[in-house]
Amino acid sequence: MIKFFLMVNKQGQTRLSKYYEHVEINKRTLLETEVIKSCLSRSNEQCSFIEYKDFKLIYRQYAALFIVVGVNDTENEMAIYEFIHNFVEVLDDYFSRVVNHV
Amino acid sequence: MLLVENKCEHLYLMSFYIQRMPAPIRLRELIRTIRTARTQAEEREMIQKECAAIRSSFREEDNTYRCRNVAKLLYMHMLGYPAHFGQLECLKLIASQKFTDKRIGYLGAMLLLDERQDVHLLMTNCIKNDLNHSTQYVQGLALCTLGCMGSSEMCRDLAGEVEKLLKTSNSYLRKKAALCAVHVIRKVPELMEMFLPATKNLLNEKNHGVLHTSVVLLTEMCERSPDMLAHFRKLVPQLVRILKNLIMSGYSPEHDVSGISDPFLQVRILRLLRILGRNDDDSSEAMNDILAQVATNTETSKNVGNAILYETVLTIMDIKSESGLRVLAINILGRFLLNNDKNIRYVALTSLLKTVQTDHNAVQRHRSTIVDCLKDLDVSIKRRAMELSFALVNGNNIRGMMKELLYFLDSCEPEFKADCASGIFLAAEKYAPSKRWHIDTIMRVLTTAGSYVRDDAVPNLIQLITNSVEMHAYTVQRLYKAILGDYSQQPLVQVAAWCIGEYGDLLVSGQCEEEEPIQVTEDEVLDILESVLISNMSTSVTRGYALTAIMKLSTRFTCTVNRIKKVVSIYGSSIDVELQQRAVEYNALFKKYDHMRSALLERMPVMEKVTTNGPTEIVQTNGETDPTPLETKPPPSGPQPTSQANDLLDLLGGNDITPVIPTAPTSKPASAGGELLDLLGDINLTGIPSITAYSKNGLKIEFTFERSNTNPSVTVITIQASNSTELDMTDFVFQAAVPKTFQLQLLSPSSSIVPAFNTGTITQVIKVLNPQKQQLRMRIKLTYNHKGSAMQDLAEVNNFPPQSWQ
Repeated sequence: MIKFFLMVNKQGQTRLSKYYEHVEINKRTLLETEVIKSCLSRSNEQCSFIEYKDFKLIYRQYAALFIVVGVNDTENEMAIYEFIHNFVEVLDDYFSRVVNHV
Repeated sequence: MLLVENKCEHLYLMSFYIQRMPAPIRLRELIRTIRTARTQAEEREMIQKECAAIRSSFREEDNTYRCRNVAKLLYMHMLGYPAHFGQLECLKLIASQKFTDKRIGYLGAMLLLDERQDVHLLMTNCIKNDLNHSTQYVQGLALCTLGCMGSSEMCRDLAGEVEKLLKTSNSYLRKKAALCAVHVIRKVPELMEMFLPATKNLLNEKNHGVLHTSVVLLTEMCERSPDMLAHFRKLVPQLVRILKNLIMSGYSPEHDVSGISDPFLQVRILRLLRILGRNDDDSSEAMNDILAQVATNTETSKNVGNAILYETVLTIMDIKSESGLRVLAINILGRFLLNNDKNIRYVALTSLLKTVQTDHNAVQRHRSTIVDCLKDLDVSIKRRAMELSFALVNGNNIRGMMKELLYFLDSCEPEFKADCASGIFLAAEKYAPSKRWHIDTIMRVLTTAGSYVRDDAVPNLIQLITNSVEMHAYTVQRLYKAILGDYSQQPLVQVAAWCIGEYGDLLVSGQCEEEEPIQVTEDEVLDILESVLISNMSTSVTRGYALTAIMKLSTRFTCTVNRIKKVVSIYGSSIDVELQQRAVEYNALFKKYDHMRSALLERMPVMEKVTTNGPTEIVQTNGETDPTPLETKPPPSGPQPTSQANDLLDLLGGNDITPVIPTAPTSKPASAGGELLDLLGDINLTGIPSITAYSKNGLKIEFTFERSNTNPSVTVITIQASNSTELDMTDFVFQAAVPKTFQLQLLSPSSSIVPAFNTGTITQVIKVLNPQKQQLRMRIKLTYNHKGSAMQDLAEVNNFPPQSWQ
């Protein structure tokens, strides 16, 4: 089950967030910073799945934007990885020319 | 007049405009503004300003811009700022007739409201109306919101509406209704029955959206209720058919992802099949073919295909599939391991780890690939590969695997070293082909990762070394060479110090058979031990080891005893209390008890093997012979006063009774102690007659006996001390000593006061291990305070009944 869906940029600013389980608002910002920190510290040779507390994080980088999905144990990581790309393609199709900056 | 009127109107209009605030800015403007903030503080300021503006706008009950304001509020909420004052506004928006209002209102409800706020119940009526709205998009909004944040009460009220919509022919609504039903079931599981009829023809749909959400709904129902699970098993053929169509159908533009038709639905179906096929032979058989088909036909060049294959493998491993299929699955995983994509390798290793218990042989075939993954750059992959490697080690491959694992230990990150070292020790212990290999491996670990080895490994290693009697010379020589160069790795130094202390005589005599013996003088050995003592890098524990080792060498070395005496006396004034205590005791050994020194410091006997997972409770040797001269670790029980030890040594009086110690250092669950402790459940009262062991001056001590069922060499004696005089006996201490062939363990007494007039007793338990079944004899010493003076007495107990030791 997907626990949360985040789009965070390299500086740690949240561009989009959706939580599917209740998380206290102050804990959310904390979670987002920690998550982006672990994603930023990964190099290119490392895989896109991180074990973080009791979630698994699946992330994908698009230019300066990280899309991170937090799931529990029962999810297929590779399917989620594919799903992230699907989502970006949908945004692209629907809004045309999706960019980080306004 | 006209002029005045105009002027009045003008003034009126002006004041009107001054009172009214300018139109609130649009969301986009707000975002742009916030992004220009250069610091967190600046951003906070902007947001606070905007919040204030929004608040006053809300107060004015402004309908036109409510939607815009709430949208901005939601954005600020997403950035982490509080937005609770917008909750009621969301409700107002939901109640509005305009779709744009409803849309933002429902979104706001999903983000800001949940069952924790009482306000949310007010929504129920709105949602109910909107579920029956004429426009499907409004119905859709209501369904989404209910499915996102509906509380149990709301779900109960509205379940009927949801169920109705689940049966509609409108696929847009049907798919949303299915997901809403999932949420309802999660919140109110009792309502599951209600949705059962509607599920009957959910899978007949052509629309993939409906199919997908239906499968999710079925999955949720099956996971929650075994009855539902049994009921839905009949859907397996239909699911198989749908899956087959997806694979075989041609290109479908709206479902295509990199050449595969709707992979997300395929994955969902595979997962549902997994749940249905688990523990059920018939269902598993029905899906065998399709699983084999998916496994062989799926295109593996892209991530999509691999995602499906992964799910297939998980399903095959979980259901009761035939062995051919299982082998196929493991081979797929093996192929994944060779893939360039690190994600796939990670996923493969994780799955192999799960299956290695059940399909050990099949996984063994991929051992070399797994071992190669130890050299991967990714930390998670390395960890998985390490765990898997340990799981695959067996008697046949131990030599090869160990080579790889040792190499890995050398080069891996520090966070792995402790686990890897422990794993290597375990594997070596189980499968070592020879003692020499075993010791070499241990040496290798100690020298490469010496500082990461866990503390409990040191006593285990010492025990191992003691037991490899023929390797003593070789071991001590290698250890000596190892610490000559570098004595900073504490576990290594501890083991080395212990061995040098034990086998120093072998070292200097140059007796090594296994390899070229080295020439070492006694002074050189003492040099290195003294360096360890002095070094800043040595911990207190290590120093303890070193000092004891030096002391032991006093009986093994011939020329350097004076030097040893000097070292020991220096440390008698050490700041470290532990070291000081030891040094003082050893000094005493030199001065007053020199005749006993050789006996006390003699070679350790072979320790009995204790499992590495055995009880680690430390055996309490309260008041008994203080084993510190022979121990290598400080006894964990309270400081045992030296006087007691010396007093007890008095008991020896130069005959064959020696104070016997649980031979192992207390850090090792004393092998005897371990066995004895295991007996706690096995005590068997066999009616052995009790005896009065001592009766004098009003103090009577009785022994009662119990023998163990499992270990016939153990006798458990419970002593009871009673006092028939008219005054209490306080500070009562009972001590015992047994002949050399026995082992004794004394547990804590119930108290230290024997009350007068036989009003109570002190109880204490003694456990005696008598492997040679010799006649039990015991010397006891009693100390206590009575009538204001200190009393002390020695006695021998010889009247043990034969049943207690035969």
